[in-house]
Amino acid sequence: MNGIVWALLGAASAVILAGCGSAYGVGVAGQAASGVVSEDPAQFAKVLLLQLLPGTQGIYGLLVAFITLSKIGLLGGTVADISMETGLLIFAACLPIGIVGLISAINQGKTSVAAVGIVAKKPDQFGKAMLFPAMVETYAILALLMSILAVNAIQV
Amino acid sequence: MSVLQMQRFSICAMKKDRKAILEELQSLGVLEVDTSVIEGETLEKMDTVSQKQLFERTAALADQALEVLAEYEPEKTSMLSSLEGKVLIEKEAYQKMVDNKEAFLQCANELTALSKEIAESKAAIVRLETQLETLTPWLELDVPISYSGTRRTAVIIGSIGKPMTLEEIYTGIAERNESIAMMDIQIFSESGSQTCIAAICMKEDGQALEDALRALGFSRPTQAFHATPAEQKIRLEKEMAGQRIVMERTESKIRGLAKNREKLKLFSDYYRVRAQKYDVLGALPQSRRTFLISGYVPAKDSAKLKEHLTGRYDLNVDIEEVPADEEIPILLKNGKLSGSVEGVVGSYGLPTRYEVDPSKVMSIFYIFFFGLMLSDAGYGLVMFLGCAVLLKKYPRMSEGMSKSLRMFMYCGLSTVGWGILFGGYFGDAIQIVADVFFGVQVTIKPVWFAPLDDPMRLLIYSMLFGLIHLFVGLGVKGYMYLKDKHYLDFFCDVVLWFAFLIGLVMMLLPSQMFASISQMNFDFSPALNTLAKGLAIAGAVGLLLMSGRSSKNPILRLALGAYDLYNVTGWLSDVLSYSRLLALGLATGVIASVMNQMGSMGGSGVFGVIMYILVFIVGHVFNMAINILGAYVHTNRLQYVEFFGKFYEGGGRKFAPFKAITNYVEVKEDN
Repeated sequence: MNGIVWALLGAASAVILAGCGSAYGVGVAGQAASGVVSEDPAQFAKVLLLQLLPGTQGIYGLLVAFITLSKIGLLGGTVADISMETGLLIFAACLPIGIVGLISAINQGKTSVAAVGIVAKKPDQFGKAMLFPAMVETYAILALLMSILAVNAIQV
Repeated sequence: MSVLQMQRFSICAMKKDRKAILEELQSLGVLEVDTSVIEGETLEKMDTVSQKQLFERTAALADQALEVLAEYEPEKTSMLSSLEGKVLIEKEAYQKMVDNKEAFLQCANELTALSKEIAESKAAIVRLETQLETLTPWLELDVPISYSGTRRTAVIIGSIGKPMTLEEIYTGIAERNESIAMMDIQIFSESGSQTCIAAICMKEDGQALEDALRALGFSRPTQAFHATPAEQKIRLEKEMAGQRIVMERTESKIRGLAKNREKLKLFSDYYRVRAQKYDVLGALPQSRRTFLISGYVPAKDSAKLKEHLTGRYDLNVDIEEVPADEEIPILLKNGKLSGSVEGVVGSYGLPTRYEVDPSKVMSIFYIFFFGLMLSDAGYGLVMFLGCAVLLKKYPRMSEGMSKSLRMFMYCGLSTVGWGILFGGYFGDAIQIVADVFFGVQVTIKPVWFAPLDDPMRLLIYSMLFGLIHLFVGLGVKGYMYLKDKHYLDFFCDVVLWFAFLIGLVMMLLPSQMFASISQMNFDFSPALNTLAKGLAIAGAVGLLLMSGRSSKNPILRLALGAYDLYNVTGWLSDVLSYSRLLALGLATGVIASVMNQMGSMGGSGVFGVIMYILVFIVGHVFNMAINILGAYVHTNRLQYVEFFGKFYEGGGRKFAPFKAITNYVEVKEDN
């Protein structure tokens, strides 16, 4: 098997795992947000922001996948000749954002649901409500950073 | 950068001036009433509750009337109308409304009554519709449902609660009663749940037949009227049409009253403001001829207020400093730039009177970090121009809104700066356009460096910015200690930490590990290395001995010191947290170039250009929205968690002066 398969598998898993997590997180947060808007439409903008917060992991996954694809030359141009070892290295480099993205997005979604509850009861406490989901995101950012640095450092 | 000093402002005045003085204070809006400190046995408070409630009810009535108007004759509003602020009303127009307030009360009453009429008509139509529905199965019947028969015959009309055929009915009757000689049964309609029938027989058999039918589940209909169902149907439909006309007429009456909308808004606000005034009036201690007001006034305004009041009324003013242990309401006073982040500070918690207002220090870092996270000159420019245009176009928007917009405007400027430093203009839009559509290779050199080419370098810089941010936070804590003359605390909690941390950083810089990560070599002279070690050790020992100084027990004291020393891990994680500056900055740039590449896939023809423009607009709007949100959230986090964690607690109460709080309009003051 050629290493390019592993590299592509890495890019795909970054998008798939992180994307699934974000889809779940944005989904549950959206359900809670809809409940609030049905009672108080004026809170729409605030709860929409809270719903979007768990959506970033999916974007981080996309980002790493994009860097990976352009690294192995799948985006326009010639496909690089990648050894088995390099392919596996790239696969490993994609794992942090995939796995951490999946789990952090799910948990961030749950935290967002709770934060939407804060906005429902005390709309003026939005600043604090926003902070709790943002805390969870830290770990997705750390994983993103690792994945970017690692993919960038691998010589093709 | 300051929390405004407050003074206690007490007024003692004649009762005859009460109304005028209260109105004066309300229109000036600089005094927060707090009469809890006034004591005196002979003083009484007026009971204004019922009056206040009356005013509140009247304001609510007008609001209701406005809602009715909005339902039947909606106002045309644009999407940005919430930025327009309250309508400015001339004092004469206001006075004219006040003079005619009875008329508007009547108008409000009329509107609510009309809306009630419409509701009644609607209910009547629903009722008629259900009647019509129950009538449907009987439509073929050509006698009234209540028809009981001729001189010799009996007619029984009703329904059986299940589907049945004619044959089943005849057999059912025969099984129960064989004596009924002559009868005729007709089925009018049959549905899943009932069979409507009419039975005719000799008068003497009537009772027997009905009993037999009842055994089969027969019952007479509940509605009885003396017309045939078809006639009844026409009657009901006529009645419904009548109700519809009434409803339409009522609606047009409501629309006719829409010209009073603006006046009703004024009317509602007038009573709202009066209710607020009576609320304060009820809190004032009064004697037979005088009354007292006391409350907080910003120190800068108190002399002016005193002069203003004593010049017009016969009264006595007393201004005192607020005792040091008393909580005061908080009003922040900042310049344009640092004032713009007051909303961010406020949503964490206003400072207490013993704390420093962090707005000024924070605003600089806030704008700096926001730009670094978004870091695209194109996006920054769009943000800056958008906010600037809105600020210019809607000068009367609410204060909080204009502050936030101004903050984003500054953040946009900073984003432009960082974008130029990193060479990002809508990602790599210029290069792609030049390459795909004009076949020219353009390279735009970043003024500093491109983060994606050298992420480690930016990572190190991010942490350096973070360390500066945190040190400034610790410095502010030191400033607060010095201001309060707590020199020992200043030395133990601030100086020792600085010594310890700076020592550690200086030891780290020349190390092999740091060099391999950052590709930067620091060569310190031996003296400097010794100094670093000395600082770190002195700081560590000092912290170990001094952090637990509140405890008398020496073992506990050392344990507390060791625990405080353990906080160095907290510093480590705080500094690492600033790596998000790099990560978010990269995210913007990379997604922007994804969008550009997607757009360029259509080639260089006419179709390609159209596709590129479409993808460019949709893609970059999406990327901008998601990254502005990210930058906003994470800049807030860095301020709230990392920066405020070093020195700031918050928890102050916002200054809430006695003033006219209106919902719709603002009355122009003629000064």
